[in-house]
Amino acid sequence: MNTGIDVVQIQRFGAFYIAAARLRSMAKWKSIIAAVDIGNPLFYLIAVGVGIGVLVEQGSGTSGTSGIKYIAFIAPALLANSAIAAVMDETVFPTIEGFKWRKLFFAQNATPITGRQIALGVYLSALCRAIASVSIYYILLLAFDVVDFGPSVLLIPIAVLGGGAFGAVILFAAAIIENHDQFFNILGRLVIMPMFLFSGTFFPLSSMPIYLQPIGWVSPLWHATELGREAAFDYGVSTLMMTVHITFLSVLVMIGLFLSMRQFERRLAK
Amino acid sequence: MSKPLISVRGLTKVFGDFTAVDGIDFDVAKGESFGLLGPNGAGKSTTMRILAATSTRTSGTVEILDKDPEKFGPLVRAHLGVVPQQDNLDGELTVSENLYIYGRYFGLSKKFIKGKIEELLEFAQLEEKRDVKVEALSGGMKRRLTIARGLVSEPDILLLDEPTTGLDPQARHILWDRLFRLKEQGVTLVLTTHFMDEAEQLCDRLVVMDKGAIMAEGSPQGLIKEYSSKEVLEVRFGSDRNKEVAPQLTTMCERMEILPDRILMYTEDGEKLLEQIAAAKMHPTTSLVRRSSLEDVFLRLTGRTLIE
Repeated sequence: MNTGIDVVQIQRFGAFYIAAARLRSMAKWKSIIAAVDIGNPLFYLIAVGVGIGVLVEQGSGTSGTSGIKYIAFIAPALLANSAIAAVMDETVFPTIEGFKWRKLFFAQNATPITGRQIALGVYLSALCRAIASVSIYYILLLAFDVVDFGPSVLLIPIAVLGGGAFGAVILFAAAIIENHDQFFNILGRLVIMPMFLFSGTFFPLSSMPIYLQPIGWVSPLWHATELGREAAFDYGVSTLMMTVHITFLSVLVMIGLFLSMRQFERRLAK
Repeated sequence: MSKPLISVRGLTKVFGDFTAVDGIDFDVAKGESFGLLGPNGAGKSTTMRILAATSTRTSGTVEILDKDPEKFGPLVRAHLGVVPQQDNLDGELTVSENLYIYGRYFGLSKKFIKGKIEELLEFAQLEEKRDVKVEALSGGMKRRLTIARGLVSEPDILLLDEPTTGLDPQARHILWDRLFRLKEQGVTLVLTTHFMDEAEQLCDRLVVMDKGAIMAEGSPQGLIKEYSSKEVLEVRFGSDRNKEVAPQLTTMCERMEILPDRILMYTEDGEKLLEQIAAAKMHPTTSLVRRSSLEDVFLRLTGRTLIE
């Protein structure tokens, strides 16, 4: 009998063991991840900074964006969106892989590790990836002189919170679905794309007709973007709305994680 | 007799309106090599997942190391090694990384795991593959790695679900040799199989399962003795004539099974029976005398063959 196994310790740290294993797998893809995390911001900064931004400012100056340079106006949204993309990559694929493709979760669950710890571990590792992606993006923003170093550093935790809120819900969704082909279609075309376009990313939410605005209200991207704009540029968001944004995102994290952990446990115990 | 490591009573598992396991009882003693033999869909894997303290049961009691696996999952799993039917290794990681991360799931120290990896690589004959990505391994190597992974925590009980299904004969023999070594070391083995030769080689005792129920229990030899004759004569007359000659043959032997392609005749002396058939001027196109096997036990108990 192996007496070196301390179940209490595993109960405490199990999620971290899972996260560590996930990070090890991610490290195998480090060059691709780095290329995406550096290339993607570069494309946006060049296209919007040099292209669309000039066009917008020629048309209306900075009057539509509360006196902020257009590229700076959308920067918090781009950061939050990058966190969302990173978290999505690192929750959806590992979850489908874990339950269906390689059934790694079943191997992990054959040890003292529980389904709840697996869910939490996957989530934590996705947040790590988001922190890395957003930090790279932020450095590029500094390099392109889009933001000044200072309070704008808060954009990093805000973007990660936005990504985390979205990720907690998407983790739950990925743990429920059986037919993943349809899931990817629906997720990409009917969730990610509209969210990106209609969350006050490229123009203030208030400039959209009222019947389109609810898309923004339920979108973690809009809440994170508004928070980010206020943190970086004194955009004029009221304290009340700041509280609403933080509360909305935090509640999403908690509900998403609660449901995910329960779903992982149930699906593994079938 | 000391208390069994595993004790199962009235175990039932229902999925919707399908009863996968239907009220089974068995015990497994320390150091024993215990098998669940049956065709696909007999409820073996479901039983194994319940023994592995991962799947819940519908009713009945299960005690593993004196604990209910449903109430003390992590605690029970800390003492089990599990080799599932499908190798759920992390294909992106190397052989030694797979062993390492798995050891960490048991909260084992890095130092302990590092030493253990050397031992397990040798056991699994994978020393030269330690830094190879698992994706690149052959089926037999993956299987050996999965077994090695199950041993990283030095478990009291090793659960193996269909350990050699899908492997070529050579890979199977290597694997049997490895499992036999574990058995000699006193590791308690519980395995499922639908290969009678595997059950005969590895199991001290086994239960024959069909449609979620246990049909018989005993040692391989004991079961053969109880449910079959010493020898079997297999004769073929061609698929059309098999049925025609059957009435005449049935009087010559203790028991007979007519399969689509051949007739099995159970007897104490196969050669003598074959001579009788020849004397009766019946000429089978092929004939074969062999010892009775667990396959015959299964056929007797269920009227069906193990592999269909």
